[in-house]
Amino acid sequence: MSEMPDTGAETPQSAAAKLFDLRVLIGGLFLVYGVMLTVAGFFTSSKDLAKASHININLWMGLGMLVIAAFFLTWWRLSPLRRDQPSADATGTGP
Amino acid sequence: MLRLHVNPFDYTILGIYFALVVTIGVMARRAIATSEDFLLSGRSLPAWVTGLAFISANLGAIEILGMAANGAQYGLPTVHFYWIGAVPAMVFLGIVMMPFYYGSRVRSVPEFLLRRFNPATHLFNALTFALAAVLIAGVNLYALALVINALIGWPIWLSIAISALFVLAYITLGGLSGAIYNEVLQFFVIIAGLVPLVIIGLHSVGGWSGLQTKIGHTKLGASAFSTWGGVGIGHWTNPLGDWIGIVFGLGFVLSFGYWTTNFAEVQRALSAKDLNAAQRTPLIGAYPKIFIPALTIIPGLIALAIIPKLGTPKGASYNDAIPLLLGRFLPNGALGVALAGLLAAFMAGMAANVSSFNTVFTYDIWQTYIRRGRPDRYYLNVGRVVTVVGILIGVGTAFIASGYSNIMNYIQLLFSFFNAPLFATFILAMFWKRTTPWSGIAGLAAGTIGAAVMHFAGYHIAYFYPHQVYDPTHATINAQMVNFYGASVAFLADLVVTVLVSLVTKPKPVSELGGLVWGVHDPNAPDPASVPKPVWWKSPKLLGGVALGIVLVLSIIFA
Repeated sequence: MSEMPDTGAETPQSAAAKLFDLRVLIGGLFLVYGVMLTVAGFFTSSKDLAKASHININLWMGLGMLVIAAFFLTWWRLSPLRRDQPSADATGTGP
Repeated sequence: MLRLHVNPFDYTILGIYFALVVTIGVMARRAIATSEDFLLSGRSLPAWVTGLAFISANLGAIEILGMAANGAQYGLPTVHFYWIGAVPAMVFLGIVMMPFYYGSRVRSVPEFLLRRFNPATHLFNALTFALAAVLIAGVNLYALALVINALIGWPIWLSIAISALFVLAYITLGGLSGAIYNEVLQFFVIIAGLVPLVIIGLHSVGGWSGLQTKIGHTKLGASAFSTWGGVGIGHWTNPLGDWIGIVFGLGFVLSFGYWTTNFAEVQRALSAKDLNAAQRTPLIGAYPKIFIPALTIIPGLIALAIIPKLGTPKGASYNDAIPLLLGRFLPNGALGVALAGLLAAFMAGMAANVSSFNTVFTYDIWQTYIRRGRPDRYYLNVGRVVTVVGILIGVGTAFIASGYSNIMNYIQLLFSFFNAPLFATFILAMFWKRTTPWSGIAGLAAGTIGAAVMHFAGYHIAYFYPHQVYDPTHATINAQMVNFYGASVAFLADLVVTVLVSLVTKPKPVSELGGLVWGVHDPNAPDPASVPKPVWWKSPKLLGGVALGIVLVLSIIFA
């Protein structure tokens, strides 16, 4: 085996377990966007409506984004990130 | 005429997005204590994150605008870049190649070559990859500046400086985790931005059948809806040429070369938390890849149908297809989301390249050849400095990118020189024990030269011109077809030279090949019986098989 040069005993421990959960951010962003667009959708001018081929796109997009936000936030609530084991499994993954 | 009417509502949406981009970088900073944390996310990410980042790293805005341009120019044959030209390679990477990459614990694709071949092969690949990465980072940056300039009116230099600063902030702080998290976020925002465009666009042209009727009246005609029409050898009329070029050049050589050996992609899988997650990374990415053509090619066709003179000297360029539709259809609000997605995709295209460049440079060049054996903290700092330097070089190369009408051609040209021969070398390296250390560099050099020679020779071959009639001005050349054939030549040159050199030089002893070659047991690998079998829906073979099945069905429907 051609090992990489030994980086010495002072190699610090990986801090990867401190990484935050992305699902909160995706859910949060789409929640904010969803509310903004849905509210805007209630005030769509007839000019904008005509522009978008008579589809109230802000309203539909806002509602769609709220559904996505609900999905990610529910998923996050139901199975939160486990931080305890730095998976010392099969392939010897580990810091 | 391109200028969008962006109002404060859109700017608020953009502002929230860009604040979040930097926040991700700042928050990911806490999770970095070692160089592997910074350059490989500490190998800790779940498969759905790495899988979406895998596809998102490829879903840069150049790809989106370029594929919409191809859609308007060629029609549905553009799906070849997504289906035959991507999915089989992604499945192969996940099922066949990932155990070698992830299982051997290498930290980069060049490092695999170092262990399988020799330092010469390694250095050649590391340097060409690093060069390509910063060049493409620059291409992305320049394209971003052009779009911001056209859509919002900021000067080019200001756009370059501000976008480079954002990328700098989130990847110098957050490292690969910052890049990957932003890629996943960007994936959802760009989809959210493009879906409304397709819905409104299709509605306004009278649905799919309305689109077919309208396209039938354009110069593209009804053949725009046939993906495999006119691919006969000798008398091709398909915009992508004959089937040998599409199947062998694009579907096999270019696609496998890009998806299975390009470190910007493979790095996302190496950051996964275990082998199963690494294997599923490209497979999870394959599913969005199958359906993204609906969000790029269809807008291209809609633009062709409703925008007069698109793609003619008097009208707008094909690359403007999506920006033109944004301005035509989207009200403020939806427009802001689409713009955020587009700008994020540009930055992601740059960040993916810089975050793979810094890993290759730190581990494969600096640690291997320049400063060995320092404490890990030293390499963490090198990684940070190299990130800054990479972005500065990207800013510099941003201006090289001008002068090409269709940006995709430029990128593919780069890949066909550097990447096309790679797959030949890897496939021999992984499946033929006899492949010798010196055959690696010899094969790669031969392949790269072959690609370059074929590219320039191709312009003088009548077969690559429409109706197979030579055009002395070279204006009507089928550049894609030359690409596909150039890649094929590179692959064959690499294959032949690697085999020949292997037959006359000394192979590595089998004891050094553990875990790197098919059928050679890795002494460090765990006993297969002790590895828990993943639940059925996490099975790589199942995921890969279903993806291939969907592609097959879609290919038949849209043949």
